[in-house]
Amino acid sequence: MSSKPQQSLSPMRAAWQRLMRQRLNAWAFWFLVVLAVLCGVGPELSPYDQAGQDLELKATNPSIAHWLGTDPLGRDMLTRILHGGRVSLEVGLLATAVASIIGVFYGMISGLAGGRIDAAMMRVVDILYAFPFINFVILLMVIVGREFWLIFVAIGAVEWLTMARVVRGQVLALKNLEFIIAARASGAGFWHIVWKHLLPNVMGPVIIYSSLTVPGVMLLEAALSFLGLGIQPPDASWGVLIREGANAMETYPWLLLYPGIFFSATLLALNLLGDGLRDAFDPKSMSQQ
Amino acid sequence: MIRFLVSRIVQGLVVIFAVITITFTLSKLVPGGAVRNERNVTEEARKAQEEYYGLNKPWIVQLGLQLKHYATLDLPDSYHYKGRGVDEIIASGFPVSAAVGVAALLIALAIGVPLGALAALRPNTLEDRASTFAATLGICTPSMVLGPLIAMLFGLKLRWFNVAGWFDSSDWVLPALTLGIIYSAYIARLTRGSLRETLAQEFIRTARAKGSSETSVVFLHAMKLASLPVLNYLGPAAAGLLTGSFIVETIFQLPGLGQFFIAAATNGDHQLTIAISTFYAALIVGFNLFVDILQAALNPRIRLQA
Repeated sequence: MSSKPQQSLSPMRAAWQRLMRQRLNAWAFWFLVVLAVLCGVGPELSPYDQAGQDLELKATNPSIAHWLGTDPLGRDMLTRILHGGRVSLEVGLLATAVASIIGVFYGMISGLAGGRIDAAMMRVVDILYAFPFINFVILLMVIVGREFWLIFVAIGAVEWLTMARVVRGQVLALKNLEFIIAARASGAGFWHIVWKHLLPNVMGPVIIYSSLTVPGVMLLEAALSFLGLGIQPPDASWGVLIREGANAMETYPWLLLYPGIFFSATLLALNLLGDGLRDAFDPKSMSQQ
Repeated sequence: MIRFLVSRIVQGLVVIFAVITITFTLSKLVPGGAVRNERNVTEEARKAQEEYYGLNKPWIVQLGLQLKHYATLDLPDSYHYKGRGVDEIIASGFPVSAAVGVAALLIALAIGVPLGALAALRPNTLEDRASTFAATLGICTPSMVLGPLIAMLFGLKLRWFNVAGWFDSSDWVLPALTLGIIYSAYIARLTRGSLRETLAQEFIRTARAKGSSETSVVFLHAMKLASLPVLNYLGPAAAGLLTGSFIVETIFQLPGLGQFFIAAATNGDHQLTIAISTFYAALIVGFNLFVDILQAALNPRIRLQA
């Protein structure tokens, strides 16, 4: 019995090793780590305040003092991009966490209950899939007055559907396997089986699907901010910066390009990592080889 | 088949009434009412307006009135555009969104399917890598970056098209291009994956063995099955494209449905908010049903079940 935690760890470790063996995945992973650290500490280390204006200076090209130049209000672009990245990454991770928790709970209950309850719960998911969620999110943003923490709750609350389906399918496949029946026969309680046997075995698909949700959520946040409904200036997210850049692009194209490049590179890394994770957890579905 | 259709239509009606109820509840929570938001309105005029729109009645009665409007297809007037029915406003915005959406869908298919098929037919070659790379790049370029870049290149630098607005007959090109490129990346990826999987199946070997030409194997046999995941994706995507992308309509300042919706949501024009959300939901339901029937027609193993 005492060796159980190690057994549930080892497939994770094996998947991790398969993931990092691909050079592209390793690059994507380290790019994201470096970016997260830069966005975390960069704004603190920078000599400039992200909202600090220098109206004498206005927009400038990159220079020694301002590595990525300044915007029309004289704000340092690098500081603003790193600060915006922090906000965008936070929204991406927190909204994905909210969506994953709801999805795992819903899927688990549906899969474990089975029968009519399962059928009814999945019918609800089918119905919810046809909802115009973007309209609801826009309305929600108008209602809550653009509060930061509500953005990721609102996004998370609409992004859990596929996660619920994935987890439910996994639970249905698992719950009648021999090792679960054996555990039940040897007297293991309901919660013990859920916690020690089911959860560790659904973690693979949950991790894969979460990693594929993060870029989608970040795009949604950027879209809301771009429309003026998400993060509000002078606070910044990448969506806010891209909006400001798009407005000024005729005269200062770099104001659009720099945040755009940061955002695209991050989405690229997240997508590569998501695909890599899928291959690592399920070597049969190798998308590359 | 009949049972399937009836059950799906009932489910669709449930969706539409749920959407009306949710949008109604949400719009009641928007701070400030439609009438209250207007300045320089006397107390009597405000009362009269609230009376006219039924805003002085209890919420539940108002909700009932809304549902009745939609059940009898006698749609209410907008709060903001006085004297105009919400159906009139949708009728003015939808053609703009739909023109851009249809063009974008065609561009996406014209680029995406050949690109994905090329990659699937020559796995692990330079063509495959280049096409997969292009698709990945497309997926990672958000429309809010691509749109302004396309506007800058074709509008401001080359001056081939207007940068914004809906005046010339060519004004659909740039927004459709922006959306089309992004959707083509997803389509290319799906086509590649599913065509490769299909080509490895046994019925393809049988088709080859009986002497079918490679063209007929790929286009008649494989593509039929390989198009299923693409169709599955296109159902909801097409509904989204036809009703307009909020982002692209904002970038190119098109008077489409997306713009009307954002304006209505921020103005407190609840009648219009509810109407547009309901219209979206109806389109999504319709497209999903259409795609399911199409899939059953393409794959004999799929049976439509209630």
